[in-house]
Amino acid sequence: MNKNYNFAFLDEGSKREIRRAALKAIAIPGYQTPFGSRELPIGRGWGTGGLQLTLSLIGPSDVLKVIDQGSDESVNAVNIKKFVALCTDVKTTTDARAATLIQTRHRIPEFPLKNGQILIFQVPIPEPLRVVEAREEITKKMHAEKDYAPMWLQLYESLMKYRKITVSTEYPCMVEGRYMMNPSPIPKFDNPRLHKAECLYLFGAGREKKIYAIPPHTEVVSLAFDDVPFERESFAGRKCRLCGSANTYLDEIFDAQTGGKFYQCSDTSYCQEVRHAPE
Amino acid sequence: MAYVAVSGGEEAIEESIRLLDFYRSGTDKDLETEAIENKLSLLVDRVMSEAGLYAKTLAVLALKQCEGSMEEAVFLLRAYRSTLTRNYYTRVVDTEGMRLTRRISAAFKDIAGGQILGATYDYTHRLIDFDIGRETPAALRRRIAETLAAQAPEDITPCPRVSAELKKEGLIDGFAQSDQAPHDVTVHTLEFPAGRSARLQTLSRADTGFISGLAYSALRGFGQAHPTVGELRCGYAELCLPYPLDETESVYIGEIMITEVECFNAADGKNQLGLAAGYGAVFGRSETKAIAMAVLDRELEAGGPYPAQDEEFVLTHGDSLEMNGFISHLKLPHYVTFQSKLDAVRKRRSAP
Repeated sequence: MNKNYNFAFLDEGSKREIRRAALKAIAIPGYQTPFGSRELPIGRGWGTGGLQLTLSLIGPSDVLKVIDQGSDESVNAVNIKKFVALCTDVKTTTDARAATLIQTRHRIPEFPLKNGQILIFQVPIPEPLRVVEAREEITKKMHAEKDYAPMWLQLYESLMKYRKITVSTEYPCMVEGRYMMNPSPIPKFDNPRLHKAECLYLFGAGREKKIYAIPPHTEVVSLAFDDVPFERESFAGRKCRLCGSANTYLDEIFDAQTGGKFYQCSDTSYCQEVRHAPE
Repeated sequence: MAYVAVSGGEEAIEESIRLLDFYRSGTDKDLETEAIENKLSLLVDRVMSEAGLYAKTLAVLALKQCEGSMEEAVFLLRAYRSTLTRNYYTRVVDTEGMRLTRRISAAFKDIAGGQILGATYDYTHRLIDFDIGRETPAALRRRIAETLAAQAPEDITPCPRVSAELKKEGLIDGFAQSDQAPHDVTVHTLEFPAGRSARLQTLSRADTGFISGLAYSALRGFGQAHPTVGELRCGYAELCLPYPLDETESVYIGEIMITEVECFNAADGKNQLGLAAGYGAVFGRSETKAIAMAVLDRELEAGGPYPAQDEEFVLTHGDSLEMNGFISHLKLPHYVTFQSKLDAVRKRRSAP
């Protein structure tokens, strides 16, 4: 731990301010709470929103897990973990079940999370309506008036044009029937995990200076039409070449030697647990 | 296998950072921090201005640490700034009384207090001076000291602003005096429509290249007509704190070098043609940035169809950390999201 810096880097006043914003976000599920985002030694756009939440929440007894694209060993996850270790002395883990705080980019762990755990998402663009309206001033009004027609229209147009809803990641959902929310660039595959979960989900967008939340047991519904149900990415007929799981989100990998393709769990620690679990 | 190269990154990162030291080591000759501070002062000024932190020693260390990269140096300073507790807020700085080193007006030949050309590259011929390569620092210092010793110092009296006279005549639309606490964008989210204090603060910290380009676009036709630099001044402004035991008293804590600009534009007043002012003030000697800021202040006040007149567009895209951070994040792995995109494309292809 580097003694030149405060525990968890930020000064206590800033941490308290961020926690206050998080509390407000929890009180209004799905609502994007503005906060005075601080600059961190990690690049804006590299997870500074998630990291500010992590730093303001973390205490000496916490156990931290950081994943990027599902992997504990991805360069950015390693880098963030390294930074937190530099300014705190908390334990880190790769086991999703052992962590109290999990910071993630683009995935929700395959193991269902429990009461007492917090999953912190790194969010590049918090505004679900940004794809249909560029201006913050307008999208703020649309949320206030619950005017989500342009988004529905966009999904409908996608159906008309391609016969499929072509939104892949950042698939919008409605939170408790009130706010439309961007679940961050997780694949659609992970969206159902947001619904009535046991754990607390916090979303931090550092560059865009917003925090939002899904408290436990909140209703989160991915947008769909009555006659066109919500559809996830499918890996039908494929399974992980390492652990054999057929119900996980898979990375598609090209074998440079054979030129062939194979599949592997994107959640690396889940994959390992499955492999090492006693039968 | 290719996949291995991107996981297990811990070791790769360590080695990558060591390699940076290799690049930084360069030569046996050292770049002394004192020399950077005093001989590359415009570079130091720019770092402080875009970081929004007036701290020369830190800016110098930052520049030395990152091979002179502008964006990295600004980044280092900003990140350090986040660790500092704010103990005090200074009183409002009265720039009218600043200790001037340079002051010009493009609007009037004669201005109260006079024009002071000061130090400027404006009238140099941009010819590379090959002797600089053979210059000895001691000789240069001696020559400058001798020149200074031969001169009698002249008192500089604080000057009223050029715009003060025009305001008295009612020719210029000023902003009404406001005692409202400024909206501090470093503590609160910028919201739209933004107040003028939020606008000015954001522009003052903005990336120099970004706001210069935008101001240029406004001058070229994507905005209002050509403005006139009513006044550009560089100098030292005093900073004072309220004295804790007696709020009516102030404690002087030091001075900062700033560049301040007022631009005048023709504007439609009530039933008659008038003038309107745009304001720019930035840390250090950074004249183009200060003028660009004044131009954009005016463009945003007027509003209109062009990019430079669009508040949200101008104020959300010019922060050095934010723009460089988000662009560079594209280098991060996007396997999961890309896989999902592939899935969508494949499904669309195979849809009946």
